[in-house]
Amino acid sequence: MLDKSTVRNIAFLARIDVPDADLEPLAHQLSGILDWVEQLQEVNTDGVHPMSSVTEMTMTWRPDEVTDGGHRDKVTANAPAARDGFFAVPKVVE
Amino acid sequence: MSYIIKGETGDWEVVIGLEVHAQVTSQAKLFSGASATYGGEANDHVSFIDAGFPGMLPVINAYCVEQAVKTGLGLRAQINKRSVFARKNYFYADLPQGYQISQYELPVVGVGEVVLDMPDGSSAVVGIERLHLEQDAGKSMHDQHPSLSLIDLNRSGVALMEIVSMPDMRSPEQAGAYVRKLRSILRYLGTCDGNMDEGSMRCDVNVSVRRPGEGYRTRCEIKNVNSVRFVMQAIEVEAKRHVEVYEGGGKIMQETRLFDPNKGETRSMRSKEHAHDYRYFPDPDLLPLEFDDAFVARIKATLPELPDDKKARFMDVYGLSPYDASVLVVERERAEYFEAVAKGRDGKKAANWVITNLFGMLNKAGLDVTESPVAADQLGQLIDLIEDGTVSGRLAKEVFEIMWEERKDPAVIVEERGMKQVTDSGAIEAACDEVIAANPEKANDIRNGKEKLIAWFIGQVMKQTQGKANPGAVQEILKKKLLG
Amino acid sequence: MTKLTSLTIAQCRDGLRKGDFSARELTATYIQAMEAHRDLNAYITETPDIALSRAQDADERLKAGTAGAMEGIPVAIKDLFCTEGVLTTAASHILDGFKPGYESTVSANLKKAGAVMLGKTNLDEFAMGSSNMTSYYGGVKNPWKRQGEDTDLVPGGSSGGSAAAVAAHIAAAATGTDTGGSIRQPAAFCGITGLKPTYGRCSRWGVVAFASSLDQAGPMTRDVRDAAIMLGAMAGHDPKDATSANLPLPDFEAALTGDIRGLRVGIPKEYRPDGLDPQIQALWDQGVEWLKAAGAEVREISLPHTKYALATYYIVAPAECSSNLARYDGVRFGLRVDGDSLDDMYMNTRAAGFGSEVKRRILMGTYVLSAGYYDAYYLKAQRVRTLIAQDFANAFKDVDVILTPTAPSAAFGMGENMDDPITMYLNDVFTVPTSLAGLPGLSLPAGLDTQGLPLGLQLIGKPWDEETVLRVGGVLETAAGFTAKPALVGG
Repeated sequence: MLDKSTVRNIAFLARIDVPDADLEPLAHQLSGILDWVEQLQEVNTDGVHPMSSVTEMTMTWRPDEVTDGGHRDKVTANAPAARDGFFAVPKVVE
Repeated sequence: MSYIIKGETGDWEVVIGLEVHAQVTSQAKLFSGASATYGGEANDHVSFIDAGFPGMLPVINAYCVEQAVKTGLGLRAQINKRSVFARKNYFYADLPQGYQISQYELPVVGVGEVVLDMPDGSSAVVGIERLHLEQDAGKSMHDQHPSLSLIDLNRSGVALMEIVSMPDMRSPEQAGAYVRKLRSILRYLGTCDGNMDEGSMRCDVNVSVRRPGEGYRTRCEIKNVNSVRFVMQAIEVEAKRHVEVYEGGGKIMQETRLFDPNKGETRSMRSKEHAHDYRYFPDPDLLPLEFDDAFVARIKATLPELPDDKKARFMDVYGLSPYDASVLVVERERAEYFEAVAKGRDGKKAANWVITNLFGMLNKAGLDVTESPVAADQLGQLIDLIEDGTVSGRLAKEVFEIMWEERKDPAVIVEERGMKQVTDSGAIEAACDEVIAANPEKANDIRNGKEKLIAWFIGQVMKQTQGKANPGAVQEILKKKLLG
Repeated sequence: MTKLTSLTIAQCRDGLRKGDFSARELTATYIQAMEAHRDLNAYITETPDIALSRAQDADERLKAGTAGAMEGIPVAIKDLFCTEGVLTTAASHILDGFKPGYESTVSANLKKAGAVMLGKTNLDEFAMGSSNMTSYYGGVKNPWKRQGEDTDLVPGGSSGGSAAAVAAHIAAAATGTDTGGSIRQPAAFCGITGLKPTYGRCSRWGVVAFASSLDQAGPMTRDVRDAAIMLGAMAGHDPKDATSANLPLPDFEAALTGDIRGLRVGIPKEYRPDGLDPQIQALWDQGVEWLKAAGAEVREISLPHTKYALATYYIVAPAECSSNLARYDGVRFGLRVDGDSLDDMYMNTRAAGFGSEVKRRILMGTYVLSAGYYDAYYLKAQRVRTLIAQDFANAFKDVDVILTPTAPSAAFGMGENMDDPITMYLNDVFTVPTSLAGLPGLSLPAGLDTQGLPLGLQLIGKPWDEETVLRVGGVLETAAGFTAKPALVGG
């Protein structure tokens, strides 16, 4: 069972603000899903490799060539806040 | 050479491991076709992939894989023919995808080693735990605006090799030597330019202390130390801090710290500590990275002679001391210069000229050996002129300085300036006679047993001949004339 | 004369080449129909100007004899495909105002083949859902109604807008994407044909990612031949997608020979859970008879790990989505809700920008990947996934294709099944195993239930063997003779 504080913690990891009032119902829902997926534990997977590629394929590689970039205007065109070609975020204090 | 911190309660030993992030030398980024070149207008070397746009997918740059394998071979490391890219998930302003593509459980390179050349001529071996490929993040600038941080993604997605050492180092000097040696190997291989000013090589330093013979104690990680000097300073102050904490009855917490070179201290980066849980998992956009033995063999065939082998060969072929050999092989270009000078000549003399005179001048001028005003064959010619007696050792240094200034062949300079060594005994005898005649009392002193004064006479004759006389010949003639 | 909007792609193709009508006429008719049925909410964005301009280009190429495979065919694009300069939302608030500077490979391929884009269709937010009810832009109405009722029904999801558009004849065909059934289930709910190709057949480049190891684009069409034509235009190796297959593209349409004599068809016994709707069971049995009658050999097979597929899916897909959706952070595109610090800005933006189902899956995925739980959940699920794929591989030693129902029910009412996420998840019980194994799956309408709603049958093929799936689909289609249409298109 997930408790409120665990939900608060994963909500922070996922950077989603969850009002306190919603923590309990969310914990309940997520616990329900977790209980349901718990059935996987009955499957014997000893010696079974986790799936790493869906079909038998080898990965495509590309040559070391510059084929992209040089379009900063397009890259920043959709930014909610951009300044002089930079993206802008609330100041980070380190 | 052991490095021991004398505490109030006894001796402490320092344990050091390094994680070096080395930027892979390549045209394009690890997973996109944007330029990997340093600098440029903000966000200009950026593809939609590097900026984490919806639906964008990574495709691996084959050359970066070759570079990682090449580096692994240079570190005499195990090459993993199957490795896996994983996502390291965390939020930060300069991490546009919300995860860094890295390698976690299965890196492309496994266990290897680096041999350190210490100034006293001794060697030490530092184990390499692994090398993996990963993406660099972008750059946040916090001081450009009162209320905003500005983000430039030019570096986002540039290929890095994270090279993790084992905790095998026991002194700041060893750590410094490790960084220098690693840099040397990477530059030989051409897999990283090793430019620490531009951030092509960045170090995270893990430091702990312990009583000699004890097991490991808690370590702290000092992030982003960007010069060899700072690596050494940071270790020194951090180790001292640990000792003080322990001796004050305190505990060291495992944490990430920053080194402040101005204050000469490290401080905790508490902001970065909060709730880190990277949730690594294999990147489903990328299949496992796989290659065969032939791929590795093909890269192996392109490996240059590396510093350790070169050093051994220099000691063997040219009879150099371990220290001289290690100094000469640090940079491939320097080693090549030396070999061009030494070819067909006395290796030790060549090494001496290259290390003492050439490197001295280069360092003073802040020049690279490839920018040397004196070409290797010119320095070789100068050594030849000394050997065949055309120029004296003393004047040769002067000739060398003129070569540096005027970029002329030594023979031309000697000729133009009449710096040829005088071997004509008649001319030397005349000069000796002149000096003896001018100093009859001193000449008598010699005849009466003060033989040491001969040196003074030699100096006078050399002065008289403007250094051109062969000092050996001068001594012989003076002895004959004064002592019979 | 038949209405232009009731023609299939193949019929349009012939009409256009013969000059019976122009691409501009065809497109204009579709634009009219699209505008007349806005109440369905099938489109998020209509692009009539783009459509007319492409139709004009198509007419020129038709005249010049350089027409592509889809020349002049008006299609709808699921709003999960990035389209250059055209609002792309993934039906999420968090992509407010986002106009990509690039075109997805699949939509670019379609454009190259001459297809005309009518607009961007509605979907479940980020393709997470089986009802289209999670869209920020509101649910889509299924063009079908129960006999004698006026209750609005869901079109299924997540490609609900695409399915509704094709069924309502406000697009000749549409693109869909399928992660756990998102093409096949809405196709079944709306009485159309939907094909999820083998994972890797269509490029994922430029498609907003939900779960990368499962997402696959495919065609949603009026019939099987159209699916073959459209798949040929969408698919192909893309060097920009590292998981795209570097395989030659077969002529899918040529696979429709109508001859399945001697073909071995598998019937998985595990797809007959207790309480399976008897109407669904009856249709399935009927399908078996049709195939037998056409000369196929039918065998029972076993896919023993079937019952674990949904649970596996609901670990793997949320895990991948929690990471894939991290990029929606208010910095480079879309919605931003300000905050005092960077973290506040992130948390406010993502709280306001994502709907509740998306948040639930992100949280679920974050949890199953977090320290201490990774092995028990994610790694375990990926191992079970291997077993599920092995089940299929074993079965395909004995059979050439597998026949199952597409969904456990017909379309349900808007607002039904909303209380419990797991009830909703059960919609995908027959489609999810195929997705986990990366196999091609085709859904085609095979009959009506007693309330007059369409029901679908699913054909599952070997990896890269869409041709057999389409060939058997063609035979099944002929045998079923499904000609019913929703009332609003005069069916």
